[in-house]
Amino acid sequence: MTDTLKIDNLHVSVEGKPILRGVNLTIRRGETHALMGPNGSGKSTLGLVIMGHPKYQVTAGTMTLNGENLLDKSADERARLGLFYAFQRPVAIPGVKLADFLRHAATNVRHPERKEGEELMPMREFRRELKGKMEQLRMESEFARRYVNDGFSGGEMKRAEILQLAMLQPKIAILDETDSGLDADAVRLASQSIAEIGREKMGLLIITHHDKLLEHNPPDFTHVILGGRIVETGGVELANELHTQGYDRIRQAYPDADEANRKMVEKEEAAAVA
Amino acid sequence: MSTDILNPTLADPIGEINKYDFHTESKPVFRAQKGLNAEIVSQISEMKNEPDWMRQFRLEALEIFFSKPMPKWGGNIALDFQDIYYYLKPAEHQGKTWEDVPEEIKKTFDRLGIPEAEKKFLSGVKAQFESEVVYGSLKDDLAKKGVLFTDTDSAVREHPEIVQKYLATVIPSNDNKFAALNSAVWSGGSFIYVPPGVKIDFPLQAYFRINAERMGQFERTLIIVDEGASVHYVEGCTAPMYSSESLHSAVVEIVVKRGARCRYTTIQNWANNIYNLVTKRAMAYADATMEWIDGNLGSRLTMKYPSVYMMEPGARGEVLSIAFAGAGQHQDAGAKLVHCAPNTSGQIISKSISKNGGRASYRGLVKVEKGAKNVKTNVVCDALILDAKSRSDTYPYIEIAEQDVSVGHEASVSRIGEEQLFYLMSRGLTEDEASAMIVNGFIEPLVKELPMEYAVEMNRLIQLQMEGSVG
Repeated sequence: MTDTLKIDNLHVSVEGKPILRGVNLTIRRGETHALMGPNGSGKSTLGLVIMGHPKYQVTAGTMTLNGENLLDKSADERARLGLFYAFQRPVAIPGVKLADFLRHAATNVRHPERKEGEELMPMREFRRELKGKMEQLRMESEFARRYVNDGFSGGEMKRAEILQLAMLQPKIAILDETDSGLDADAVRLASQSIAEIGREKMGLLIITHHDKLLEHNPPDFTHVILGGRIVETGGVELANELHTQGYDRIRQAYPDADEANRKMVEKEEAAAVA
Repeated sequence: MSTDILNPTLADPIGEINKYDFHTESKPVFRAQKGLNAEIVSQISEMKNEPDWMRQFRLEALEIFFSKPMPKWGGNIALDFQDIYYYLKPAEHQGKTWEDVPEEIKKTFDRLGIPEAEKKFLSGVKAQFESEVVYGSLKDDLAKKGVLFTDTDSAVREHPEIVQKYLATVIPSNDNKFAALNSAVWSGGSFIYVPPGVKIDFPLQAYFRINAERMGQFERTLIIVDEGASVHYVEGCTAPMYSSESLHSAVVEIVVKRGARCRYTTIQNWANNIYNLVTKRAMAYADATMEWIDGNLGSRLTMKYPSVYMMEPGARGEVLSIAFAGAGQHQDAGAKLVHCAPNTSGQIISKSISKNGGRASYRGLVKVEKGAKNVKTNVVCDALILDAKSRSDTYPYIEIAEQDVSVGHEASVSRIGEEQLFYLMSRGLTEDEASAMIVNGFIEPLVKELPMEYAVEMNRLIQLQMEGSVG
């Protein structure tokens, strides 16, 4: 069976405020999906909810991977089932070396049955693999000894996310604004890494408002999210249209969703001021 | 909820937890009566065949102990001093080789892994079993260079001139109630003398255990690093758990002479019912450096503030300390830097972790005496609180009698962040693994200063402490 992430009528709130209002999305292995939308439309929320962030409450709907319910699973269980989320703003973990963290993560994801305290994958094998992947991303080997995201530049953080993607080889990967902060060269290298894993081996959901990653990874499907709903789905031509012409046509075509989006942004801004 | 790494009924995810919780039957050759009076103190001195000056030293200290009130700050000390054994001698003679060590004690050491460790990389091992060092070996080349490394009891007999010259010069018996108590009833501890210019490039090590129920352990350590010499001394403690109160009250005195260097590393993992009340102080002379690296896990109450008195220009003092307070534990730990001379510098880095109702307090003093110009000192204390039940306090004391000084103080208190946990979990780490990783990262600045085997042990201890701590 092709690995399939299926989201049906998903409603999500944070602190009682609704953010997603009935999202439907199906991603199969081998497909590349672009998720686009204006600020505050719920793009990142959808990514975080798929990964199981505890801050969000799912109030209705279903989400399954190969028919297995994801909603009752914690983030680590979802990772072990083959989900991956590349963070828009990865958090620093001072004192934890990237290599140590990745060895632990790779072991757990590749051996979902591993119990706490059991052996990690052999150091030599891990190092060899990590070295290869880092060379491919043109990362200095010294990088692996740095503390996770601690003092990383924006570009370094995004590369480190791609490195994790390459090491963990998920079934479904969500890339949240991974191309922002990367220069053209780094985007090309990141795309090569994705190609190396094999786009046919995983389903990709690329959240972006640039066209950088999409140029190298033309989407099979483009979804437009507005006011917490996917209002339109098309092919690569829709992504191109949004890049060149913006969201005006979408906003006019879906006034209810546009109104909801405006309210969400206003609330966010009010919260930020408070 | 596995807050207690010493609880043997727990599942053992690491496979090594049990090595820290076993009780080997040992038959003491001599056991003083419970309680404390001049007769018992004289008896201890007599049992040890001590010279008269040492017996007098003990008896004077006992008077001071009785005259001093209990400290009114720090933690709550619920101890009956008359309900403790003050001396216990586990074997007739100190073993010179491994074969001479009594079988029961060997078993304990085997479980602690000391002989293997020694084979691998320990060059000098001193292990204290209960009150006296029973086994020790020292590499020949050290002895040839004139380095003395022995237990303090032997030093009193074999090197009385050095002991008499330095004992109680750094920490006089009247310094505090527990220093007086130690001076009266001390037993064991390490004695190290490093002659001028001798640099020892591997750590000297000792392990300590408290094994008899209700037995106080009062080791007395004296280290003299002569001019231009250097030494790194490492002490580790893994104590088994018993139900009734037990007292550990050590005194560690260090003299670091002109241009010399001393690092003293301690990892203490006491059972949860032990009062750990320790006085540690070093005097650093011109251009000398003293570093304390101090890790405190376990115990019911720890009160410990390693100190450096910078006596002459160019001296430097550093203290790196970490405390982990679990359920029912209070770690009142910190450091003292006293700048008595100009152009001296110091640094305190203190990290504490409290969880499951534990309380970690940083208590530190930075003092700059009149005339100590151009002093630079920096204090950083970071606290990590793992749940709402736990507590962290900071008591920084700063006394400055000079103008031309730079004293920095930064303090931070944080909780394990939801975003950090989610990040690690989204990569497949369980919540416990993720928490342990964050905590290990938090103490990394200390762990990376430790010799390899201690670093590994420290990480394991933290991991065990962390199990089931969140959620």
